[in-house]
Amino acid sequence: MNGGRAIILGRIREALRNNPAPRPHTSHSQSEAAADHNGHAQREWLPKVGETLPERIDLFAKISEGLTTEFQRVPTMSAARHLITKLATESQWKKIGSHSHQDVDALLEEIELPIVRTEKGYAINDLESCDAGITGCDVLVAQTGGIMVSVESAGGRALSVLPPHHVVIARTSQMVPDLTAAFEHVKQKYGKQFPSFLSFITGPSRTGDIERILVLGAHGPKRLTVILLD
Amino acid sequence: MASQSSDFQTLSRRYTADKGFRAFIQKGMSGYYKKRDQNKANFQDWQGARDLAAEIKYEAINHLDKYLLEFEEKITARGAKVFWAQNAEAAREYILKVAKENNVHSIIKSKTMTSEEIHLNDALEKQGFGVVESDLGEYIVQLRKEAPFHLVFPAMHLTRRQISDLFQKELGSEPTDEPEKLTMIARDIMRRKYCEADMGISGTNFAIAETGMISITENEGNARLTTSLPKIHVALLGIEKVLPKLEDLSLFLPMLATAGAGQTMTCYNTMYAGPRQLGEPDGPEQMHIVLLDNRRTELLADAEQRDSLGCIRCGACLNICPIFKNVGGYSYGTTYGGPIGSVITPHLRGLKDWKHLSAASSLCGACTEACPVKIDLHHHLLQNRRNGAKTAPNPLEKISFGGFSLMMGHPSLYRLASGLGRIFQPLQGLVNGTILDPLRSWTDSRKLPTLAPQSFHEQWKKQRNRKL
Repeated sequence: MNGGRAIILGRIREALRNNPAPRPHTSHSQSEAAADHNGHAQREWLPKVGETLPERIDLFAKISEGLTTEFQRVPTMSAARHLITKLATESQWKKIGSHSHQDVDALLEEIELPIVRTEKGYAINDLESCDAGITGCDVLVAQTGGIMVSVESAGGRALSVLPPHHVVIARTSQMVPDLTAAFEHVKQKYGKQFPSFLSFITGPSRTGDIERILVLGAHGPKRLTVILLD
Repeated sequence: MASQSSDFQTLSRRYTADKGFRAFIQKGMSGYYKKRDQNKANFQDWQGARDLAAEIKYEAINHLDKYLLEFEEKITARGAKVFWAQNAEAAREYILKVAKENNVHSIIKSKTMTSEEIHLNDALEKQGFGVVESDLGEYIVQLRKEAPFHLVFPAMHLTRRQISDLFQKELGSEPTDEPEKLTMIARDIMRRKYCEADMGISGTNFAIAETGMISITENEGNARLTTSLPKIHVALLGIEKVLPKLEDLSLFLPMLATAGAGQTMTCYNTMYAGPRQLGEPDGPEQMHIVLLDNRRTELLADAEQRDSLGCIRCGACLNICPIFKNVGGYSYGTTYGGPIGSVITPHLRGLKDWKHLSAASSLCGACTEACPVKIDLHHHLLQNRRNGAKTAPNPLEKISFGGFSLMMGHPSLYRLASGLGRIFQPLQGLVNGTILDPLRSWTDSRKLPTLAPQSFHEQWKKQRNRKL
């Protein structure tokens, strides 16, 4: 059963038949060609990103600061482990959520807290009562200070949004310049077998619904930590 | 029936007279203006980005059948069900049917203006389904039994005091004047709801034909929770929201964030390609896409105004509109307020009842300038006025403009009228602005210019005679 499919399609075709709309008023002569694009044309207009990796990491760090994302660069995995242990102690974590992922597993090697692992399914209330969710990611996006996660890289849909503190581990090789590159990356990585969930996370959860005043942690995490491993 | 037009007049008069309210709205907007401009300046070329966005929307809307079919094929292959709803009733019935068949107990919603358009909550509640809005602003207006005030900021008309009083009354919470505490009260309540709910209803910002995905833009995380935890996900999708390619999002996501909220990107931009797939740990077992026409095809048939289907509901035209800022969201009496609402509502709900909205514009064109996809909003308002005058003329206007054009076409009549005007103007002065004044709708708040004792034409004639 698909409702009024035939009728709606008929109405659409009727509306468009021999009834061309005026083209948009555009000032750039190249924009007609740009409409038949692969996402590269927009790079001319979108916010600028540096050419080199250090420039991109600097941009990511700068935007993270504005977003109140806690961005931490570490030289080695053992430094990353030290950092996560410190976070766990300071924030008095009692239980955390994580998933099967090479870097996440390595990061949590020395953590002795109860861990709810999501990869084979979990009880919602069990994950909800975790103090933090530790995940990997697909890429980091320099242009926006964003983190792209998916079912595969972040242990499903909820692990990166349900616990009140989200910690992401990434490597510098995962830094891409912009959103276009992020989409190219997922197309290459997954082919046609996309995971059912892909998300750009740009800072901790927020709202401005009361008098347009910024409050962090509306429904998702109040804190977002990105650990970048050199 | 009290007409929509007189309701608009009553409400807009009331809101405009409330100086405190206007100042409150202005203050709310001021931070947005600053951040929006900063983010626009970060673009290498905001105008170029607008051109490209307009071109992509032009391509999508003018090949809507092709892209919708591609979208349907791709997302169906991923296990989602697509239901084509001709109107609001069909959409509501389908969602009710899904809820009944699955023995749903509790429903959670994330922000969707399309559900406001089809009055979904009423229908669900009448059938005994509890529905909770999870977006903070939407939750606040739901508790007040109000509609959203603004497309993007539903509760921007309320002060923290009003919200605290509301929470105290409806939720039994302690009074507070801290927005953070108020937000946490809602957060705690909503956490329980997410865990219990067995159906999540969301809107859709963009649908991607190429990959069969829907994209949802938000800041709070409520849409992500709504679409992750319940076993059924229903997404409402207006037929106009389809984009050809996945990469198109790399333009539209930052533009929506910049124009809509003055952000580089909103906090969560999520793409869903079907329900939970084999081997995935969580996510809904069922995903239903309700593809809604509800007279969007009428707008599509109007080639002149077809570009207004490209609207990405960012609210930038509302935020800049001198009328919206003064009369507020409720005066319009429509789901979609502000300039875009005044353009599309006559198409979606009938020109006769809604043409007055197109008169509520100074035609300054600020909306057109603000629109990230370059919808020619203020010209469409003019076209609606023209169409309104053609199909449902106001007899009084018809007579007066008929008389006016007769006068302007005949110099002798013009001289007669200005002569009479000079005689009667002093008499009008005696009743100026009072109920006896036939020109009251003008003189109520403005001065009537005094007619010159001699017209230019008469002076010219005199001068020339003197020289000769």
